[in-house]
Parts: sequence; structure tokens; C-alpha cells
Amino acid sequence: MSYDVPPVEGEVEAEANPEIVGEFPLWEVFVRADRGLNHVHAGSLHAPDAETAARNARDVYTRRQEGVSVWVVPSASIYASDPDNREAWFDSDKPYIHPTFYELPDEVGHM
Amino acid sequence: MNLQDDFDARLAADRKIEPRDWMPEKYRKTMIRQIAQHAHSEIIGQQPEGNWITRAPTLKRKAILMAKVQDEAGHGLYLYSAAETLGVSRDELMDMLHTGRQKYSSIFNYPTLSWADMGAVGWLVDGAAITNQVMLTRTSFGPYARAMIRICKEESFHQRQGYEIMLTLCNGTEAQKAMAQDALDRWWWPSLAMFGPPDAESTHTAQSVAWKIKRETNDELRQKFVDMTVPQAEILGLTIPDPDLVWDADAEHYRFGEIDWDDFWQVVKGDGPCNRERIAHKVKAWEDGAWVREAAVEHAKRAASTTKLAAGGAAL
Amino acid sequence: MSPLLTYVLRHADDNLIVAQRLGELIASMPDLEEDIAVANVGLDHLGQARHFYDYASELDPDSRDEDQFAMERSEREFLNATLVEQPNGDFAQTQMRQFLLDAYQVPLYEAMTASDDARLAAISAKAVKEARYHLERSSAWVVRLGAGTPVSHEKISQAVEYLWPYAGDLFYADDVEEGLAASGVAVDPATVRPTFDATVADVFASANLSVPDDPYARMGGRTGFHTEHLGHLLPEMQSLYRAHPGATW
Repeated sequence: MSYDVPPVEGEVEAEANPEIVGEFPLWEVFVRADRGLNHVHAGSLHAPDAETAARNARDVYTRRQEGVSVWVVPSASIYASDPDNREAWFDSDKPYIHPTFYELPDEVGHM
Repeated sequence: MNLQDDFDARLAADRKIEPRDWMPEKYRKTMIRQIAQHAHSEIIGQQPEGNWITRAPTLKRKAILMAKVQDEAGHGLYLYSAAETLGVSRDELMDMLHTGRQKYSSIFNYPTLSWADMGAVGWLVDGAAITNQVMLTRTSFGPYARAMIRICKEESFHQRQGYEIMLTLCNGTEAQKAMAQDALDRWWWPSLAMFGPPDAESTHTAQSVAWKIKRETNDELRQKFVDMTVPQAEILGLTIPDPDLVWDADAEHYRFGEIDWDDFWQVVKGDGPCNRERIAHKVKAWEDGAWVREAAVEHAKRAASTTKLAAGGAAL
Repeated sequence: MSPLLTYVLRHADDNLIVAQRLGELIASMPDLEEDIAVANVGLDHLGQARHFYDYASELDPDSRDEDQFAMERSEREFLNATLVEQPNGDFAQTQMRQFLLDAYQVPLYEAMTASDDARLAAISAKAVKEARYHLERSSAWVVRLGAGTPVSHEKISQAVEYLWPYAGDLFYADDVEEGLAASGVAVDPATVRPTFDATVADVFASANLSVPDDPYARMGGRTGFHTEHLGHLLPEMQSLYRAHPGATW
């Protein structure tokens, strides 16, 4: 089955109506799978306030006991790096900060 | 390197496209359309199965069905979230569903008339969906692929519970067996049609394959589904309602009869058995909820001035 | 029926009937998140019902199983309080019914974990965790609706007015409760009431709602004297099962 419904002959390309403003803000959800682990981004959801967002996160993202703790953050509060700056930011060339850069005799063993 | 080349190179290298990457406008629109349709399908797909929750014949089946229909709401939510990364809000997408400007899979425009339909929907419709969704875990748009991975993991019980319902009915009374056969008769052809028009008539598919949104064509997926499902029907002792169905030993595939595409297009265009009531139900739920959402927003506004985030900070 | 079997069925039925009501709401909530949440709550109640029925099955001289209890008994044999069979109504009514039930179940299960009956203690130890979450959730909605807009305040006030008499039925006690409470098995509902009242007072205060002073309570559910609503709920729930006597599903 395809969820991709084929275009009907004469179908007008649907454009979202920008006048529709989302009633509930979007929140990003972070779930800690177990004690000792980081909270990891699990997805997002809508909620009117932080408390409801946290409860919704519990109901939506931990239905199968995926977590022991959740964080919710307003999506609007996330400041992201610019993808156009990716090379400038992330293509660093410092091989000597990786352990494989150093060749040691086998006799040294694990180090 | 210009942006288009960058995009093409990324696709060629089987790297994911992420929301803030440059992408051709047509790719963005196709992605929004497809993810939204997928999300709408999950949401509308709650209704045919939700129809039997109150009448499930045992408490165990009631619990399974409720959990399954709940998963569908969850999966709709994950998918709307994936679409929202492309700068369109869930409320805008819902509006397009409610006003008929975006569609959902036509399979949910058929009625569930007996308990056996819970079996057939799980076995055939979810079976077909899995064929499609496993492919989509490798789709080129990152958020869509990630949502599909989560969804496939969660849905792994959906088809099995459906088949188990069929199995139980087929080992049951004459009336139960008849119920199972009737469900297969009604759901078989719509399930095949749902893979979409034949490749030869689907330019839409060709573009999606080029962009690695789809990794296999409609006909390939349909064939895969038929090959997988026919032996399962034999185990049940049910007859697939297709006189032309035959095993082609050379090709190692089942050959099957002609799909009624007129029926398919009629349902896609809006004149299926349940199109109107599915949307009416959805719109009513949304409109009935308006005062609740307004109250929650109003309360949040007033509470915002007094809320302290210290508790959240302490959690770090 | 032994007093203990009656007692167990009263709590099993509360949970089954409210789960059945919540099951009617699938895909009808104000937003997608709430659709998922209502299913969670419904599944929790259904799970609790099944645990109580399991125990009832052991106590039953005819060893009826959960489905026989759910599907083969008639209206007069169901022992749930009249609150849980009340229709979903609008979202305010659904949440208020849930809140009143949660405010009762939390102290009930808390007390039941100390039961001398090991099965009841075990069932309630699991159930109380779920009930606490339900109460957190329903309280939050009562507050949001009560202190939301004039419209929502009006609707939740009407829900209080409508449901309050049925909440009283949760605290029904006869020889069954009293006898079993004396032997340390059951929870005397009267001991649960003060906590219930305190929760209601607290949440209603935050919601700008007043606690009704109407002392009337519509009793009878625990002895099978129900409101007319149950007679519509059961035939729907039991229709398929009863149409195929003896069938396996």
C-alpha cells in the first residue's frame, strides 16, 4: 500500500493557508531511556503549556516504556547552526587529536 | 559547488536531506504532500478500526485493538512532526485535510462491517503498509525516514494480531469462517489497488524514485505483497477472490488479475463508500474541541507570567 | 456470591465500564495528543479490570473467566458505581467523570495496598501508580477548563452539577465492605472519603469551581440498580460475543 495518493487529473496543487495560525505551540521532546544515559531527542508535539507538553510527551513517546524522564523545550527556543556554514564550522582537519594518529610498537599493548 | 549540485551529490551518495538543507522547491512540495497524506491516513485510519473497539468480542481483543488504534494516532503525530520541519504547521495540514485539499489513503474509505474486518485490515492493509513503510525507512528525507523507523518498530505487532484474528476465525465455527472469507473478499482488491496505479501510468512515481523518496515502484511493491500474502491465505484455508491468480514457476511470482482502476479512481476522487463520513467525523471532532483548545490557550497565557522554569533547570 | 467475590467484581466493573466509555472516544478528542492520552487511560482501566476479573475467576464457584464476567452478565448483575456508566457528554463531562473517579481511586488503591489479601494488595499496588497519573492529568484539565474561558468555565460547572450525585455512589458500603474491612481485606469507603473531599476542594479551588452542597447521591450501582445508561452500553459491548455462543475469538 502506498500512502502516496496519486494526483487526480486536474488536481490543483494544495497550498497551505498561511492565515491558519497554530493554536498550540510546538515542543521538542527529549527522553532519557535509563538512568545514566543522556536525554535524547525523540520528536516533537503540540501543547498549550510546558506542563501539558511534558505529560503529552509521556503519553506519546514513552508508550512502550522507552524512558524514565522527559524534557520538553519550546521548539522556538532552539537556535541552530546555519547549514550554509557547515564547512566553515565542522570540516576541521586535526588528525592528531585522534588516537589512531599515533603509531606505537605492538609490545606496548592497549593504551 | 552550486546548491542543486550539492543536493544531487547528496542524493547520489545516499546521504539524507535534512530540513534546513537547500532543496528544490518541487522536492519540498512533494515531501510535504506525501508526508501529510501519510499522516492523514494514519489519523483517518483510526476510524474503521475504532468502529469495533466497543464491540470487541473479548477483553484481550479490546485491549489490543485500543492499543493499535492509539498507535495510529501516535504515528500520525510523528508524521505531522516530520512535515512540520519543512515549515508548514500541523493546523495548516489539518485544514487541508478537512477542506479536502489534501488526501489520505483511499483504503480507509471502505467500511468495517464485521469483526473479521479487524483481522483483514491488520493482515492485508497493515501488511501492505509495512511493505511500503519498510521501503520508506530508507527514504531520502531525514525526518521522514526517522519517523518511519519508529513507526515500523511499533507496527510490527499490527499485522501479526490481524493474522491471528483471521486464524482464530478460520479455526472457529462455520459462521466465523464465512465472516473471514467475506472480509477477504471485500478487502483484497482495495489492498492491491492501494499500491497505486501501474508504473506505466505513473509519472509521479518515476520522479519520486529519482529523488529516492520511493525506493521501489508501485508494481514492484504490489508484486512483493501478493507473493507474500497468497501462501498466508492458503494457511488460513481462505480463497483469494481472483480467478486469474496463478503461480508462475519460471518467474517465481504469482500472476494476478486486472485491478478495477475505475473503482480506485472513483474512491480517490471522493466517491468511495465512506469518504464523506470519515471527513465529517474528523471535522466534527476538531470543531467540538475548539472551546477546549481556546480554554487551554487562555489558561496558558495567564499561567505563563507565574510559571517558574526552575524545576526544569533542576532536572539537568 | 461470597462477599469477597462481590467486592472484587465491584472494582472490576468500575474499571471495565469506564474503559468502555473511553473506548467510545477514539479519534474524537480536541487534539491528537489527547486522543493518545485518552487511549492510555482507557487501556490502564481495562488492564485493571482484567486483573480484578482474574482474581474474581479464582473466587467464583463456576470459575467464570473475564469474558464471561464481561459479556454474559446482564445489567442487574453489574456492580459498578453509577458514575462510570454516565455518558461521555462533552469534553468537560468526560474529564470531570474521570477526575471524580481518579480522586476516589487514588486513596482507595493506596489503602488497598495494605490489604491482608495478598491478591488485592498486589493488584492495587500496580493500579495506584496508574491512578496517580490519571489524577494528575484529569486535575490539570479541570483547572484549565475551570480557569480557562467563560465558555469552558460554564461547561465544566455544568459537568460538576450533572455528575456530583453519581460520585456519591462510589462511597456506597454495605455488609460486603464493612465485613471485609473489619477483617482487614477490604477498604471501608468511608475512610477514603476525606482524601477524596480534600482533593476535590483543592482542585476546584484552583479551577474557580465550587463544591456542590447538594447532599443527594444517586446510589444503587453496587447492588445492580443502575441508571438507564448502562442498559445501552452493555448490549453494544456484548453484541458480537452473544451472537456467537461458545465461539472462540
